[in-house]
Amino acid sequence: MAKVVKNVVCTFCGSLCDDLEIHIENDNITAVKKGCALSRTKYLNAREEVVPLVEGKEASFSAALEAAVEILAHARHLLVYGLSSTCSEAQAAAVALAETLGASIDSTSSVCHGPGTLAKQLVGIPTCTLGEVKNRADVLVFWGCNPVEAHPRHFARYSVLAKGLKVGGRRERKVVVADVRKTATARGADLFLQLEPNGDFEVLTALRALINGKDIVGEGAGGLTRAQLEECSRLLKEASYGVFFFGMGLTMSRGTHYNVSQALALVRDLNKYTRYSVIPMRGHGNVAGSENVLAWQTGYPFAVNFSRGYPRYNPGEFTAVDLLRRGDVDAALVVAADPAATFPGRAAAVLGEIPTVVIDPHYSATAKLARVYLPSAAAGIGAAGTVYRMDMVPLPVKKLLNLPYPSDKEILDMLREGVKKCSGSREAGSTTRKMAGTGK
Amino acid sequence: MLRIKGGRVYDPKNGWNGEIRDICIKDGKIVEDLPAAEEVIDATGLVVMAGGVDIHAHIAGPKVNTGRVICPEDHRRDPVPRTARTRSGSGFTTPSTFVTGYRYAQMGYTSVFEAAMPPLEARHVHEELADTPILDKGALVLVGNNHFVLSFIREGDRERLKDYLLWVVEASGAYGLKVVNPGGGANWRRHSNVRGLDDAVIDYGVTPRQIIETLLDVNEELGLPHALHLHCNNLGQPGNLPTTLATMDLAAGRRLHITHLQFHAYGEGKKGYPLLSGAEDLAAVVNANPNITIDVGQVVFGPATTMTADAPLQYELFQKGGGDRWVNKDVELETGSGIVPITYSPKSFVGACQWLIGLELFLLIENPEQVFLTTDHPNAGPFTAYPQIIRLLMDRDYREERIAQLPKKAVEATGIKNLQRKYTLGEIAAMTRSGPARVLGLEKKGHLGVGADADVVVYRPQADYEAMFANPLYVFKEGQLVVQEGQIVAAPRGKTFVPEIRGGKDVTSWLAPQFEQFYSIALENYPVDREWFSPWEVVPCK
Ligand code: SF4
Ligand SMILES: [Zn+2]
Repeated sequence: MAKVVKNVVCTFCGSLCDDLEIHIENDNITAVKKGCALSRTKYLNAREEVVPLVEGKEASFSAALEAAVEILAHARHLLVYGLSSTCSEAQAAAVALAETLGASIDSTSSVCHGPGTLAKQLVGIPTCTLGEVKNRADVLVFWGCNPVEAHPRHFARYSVLAKGLKVGGRRERKVVVADVRKTATARGADLFLQLEPNGDFEVLTALRALINGKDIVGEGAGGLTRAQLEECSRLLKEASYGVFFFGMGLTMSRGTHYNVSQALALVRDLNKYTRYSVIPMRGHGNVAGSENVLAWQTGYPFAVNFSRGYPRYNPGEFTAVDLLRRGDVDAALVVAADPAATFPGRAAAVLGEIPTVVIDPHYSATAKLARVYLPSAAAGIGAAGTVYRMDMVPLPVKKLLNLPYPSDKEILDMLREGVKKCSGSREAGSTTRKMAGTGK
Repeated sequence: MLRIKGGRVYDPKNGWNGEIRDICIKDGKIVEDLPAAEEVIDATGLVVMAGGVDIHAHIAGPKVNTGRVICPEDHRRDPVPRTARTRSGSGFTTPSTFVTGYRYAQMGYTSVFEAAMPPLEARHVHEELADTPILDKGALVLVGNNHFVLSFIREGDRERLKDYLLWVVEASGAYGLKVVNPGGGANWRRHSNVRGLDDAVIDYGVTPRQIIETLLDVNEELGLPHALHLHCNNLGQPGNLPTTLATMDLAAGRRLHITHLQFHAYGEGKKGYPLLSGAEDLAAVVNANPNITIDVGQVVFGPATTMTADAPLQYELFQKGGGDRWVNKDVELETGSGIVPITYSPKSFVGACQWLIGLELFLLIENPEQVFLTTDHPNAGPFTAYPQIIRLLMDRDYREERIAQLPKKAVEATGIKNLQRKYTLGEIAAMTRSGPARVLGLEKKGHLGVGADADVVVYRPQADYEAMFANPLYVFKEGQLVVQEGQIVAAPRGKTFVPEIRGGKDVTSWLAPQFEQFYSIALENYPVDREWFSPWEVVPCK
């Protein structure tokens, strides 16, 4: 039986294009229309042959689940990590599980756009939805991000090439790109600012000064000449509606959240003259959803710890890399993310040393290190749910295929039931669980 | 089945003003009587009321959640541990969803309306409402600066406007229509605002007056259960009184609910007085026009997180030095929002004046079914201050003690000194129960007559009304005991109210190409999925 499902949301990157046409035959995806190469690879390989594993050996799903419960229930301080490639319903189930176990919970934000969130806590953020970019943005800035390669349809659907209510395509938009190298995104720019490595803070500060009519620029800053900076500030101010996108080139270069604070303050200051917004160019499909769900359930966006029975927030303390590197956690549950492939060496290695449980549709690098691997039905392929785009617009994802395993949410709920049964004593509000490794 | 026996029942809708009565509950509803053998709670000497109804609060959705994210310091001093029956979370001005549900229930409130839902982000609002336990909820959808609404008003195309509004209410899972600074939000896209009812709305060739007039009519013609819910132009500006009076004039007999009137009640200042109270003039109009209702937006001294769809206002507030963080969000074709965390100080002239003007409105509007208790949570302060505000209204000595601590000039700028009124328990019940339920068109809320939802609150009478209203002895939600002696004992999932949709032609034929061109998502992915979020309750139209 062949069918075509229209308006499917691609969950691969933070653009969440919601216009894919997925052709399905015999419960298999046979073609992907309208998507980019990244989405085709994702959907055409939706049926990965994976099996549950315990200690690297194939196991039944229920045996693997039991082994996972065993690990979680006996952990003194568990880390729940990931959440960026699943739906908000699963993210909520992960928060509930972390709360039940007095665990720490953190999302991939802490190694990508977390600094942007910290910056929001310092200066706020003037922002907009991507349709506003399409409808109004006549000046576009891409800072430390490379959408042409990482968000391939961003230009056409939302930004540089899009035609909207007030602005009609490339010729009516000016494009500024700031990066340390001439990326594919930079090649088509009207103005390319080649930054010195780690020069972001300096350049943003200089631009802010120029915008505000203060002269602290001297001969130049961060690898740019005075003339370049002046040209840029002129171009920025000429916008009738400008939008500034930033990526990990800004958030993860030296200065991290100070860089982003300066970018947010620049965009804020530009609003004295004209209208401006700023949008973090978030990478993973639903990393924005993890910030949302954690915030509405706990008050905090990431780096949350429940060891006292209530949520505490402390980036640097309860962020995953820090918890692992310091040896503060004695078990880990990784959901819909691949830290072994993305974390710094030491932190990644710890995931192989402590008992780690992985829930993921794919047999990821982290799954290879894990004590228990639970395959799941990917949100948006084997399970319905809600995802949030980089601009926080929510979108529904559909169930397209019947996959052999439960969804992330279902597995997380089963784990929560399992640990509740296994350690009933802990259930009744054990609010004083000790932090592993601190001896307190 | 349960009988609450012999309490003093305050239920203005049924004319019970402290009458000793039994309240009988069966299958979640109030019934006439029960067999004598059923379970009985002895309420002798206790006060019994229906569950509270909050007509206007910001409790869920993108703007509320961004407020949570940017203010970790707001939560840090107010952690909420989990218990065997409840989830953990945090407060204070922007509590997490679970804590929002618990804290409302702990004060005896069982229905709350989220005041500002952007349709494009409606799914987010419903996700949070689903995680807000115990309460029944509804959401008001923002339409006063919507591209299609303004275009149809300009074209004078009433029919298409109505079709579109019905569609957007249904698609977003909204309960009623909300208008915020009509025209101002649209102008903010062009770095501008409106200052009065006859200012031009750039790009659309309409005026705030036309927007309000048209939507007042349309709301009546559609027969939506709730009055048009309006946040007027010029919020917070000294001298905004004439705009607010002129806006009230527009109602001309049609149902109009003006929200947080306190912020719109400022006369022009004079030497030494940055503003003067306009409460008397406004109260006089409300008293003369039973079709107009208002909620106060009472200021509470202490921290607040201002958040509103009035984005240009928030920009101005921030520019004037109010706060250290500014959030703005422009939502394509529809609306926008702004957030600025601030603190209301009893030492500042303006803060004190705002506090006093709110009280004046409460005390000057004669019919408590026209003036409702809100703090425009969390704009003027958190909803958890309601018991304190009730005490200010009921206990004149306490009120005067508090007024005596304020700057003299602020007191002089208002007429508070002349106001002797003390609210009675019956009037409190009208202001917090029967009144808002009536204006929302909720037949089964706000009273304890036969057929009503069995949301029942039992209070211990106390001389300290704040303590009394902060700590009900029992709260029942649809017959289920949810709060006992201040503790949550059960946290059932509440329902979400939507209006009956009558008529309306299909809009998708003309809307689909508009979506293609100007939205960033597909039309198919826009409506909130009714099966995904449940349960809903359909409320009949007028
Ligand atoms: S741009 Fe991103 S969301 Fe869009 S189709 Fe490509 S991978 Fe998917
Ligand atoms: Zn409000």
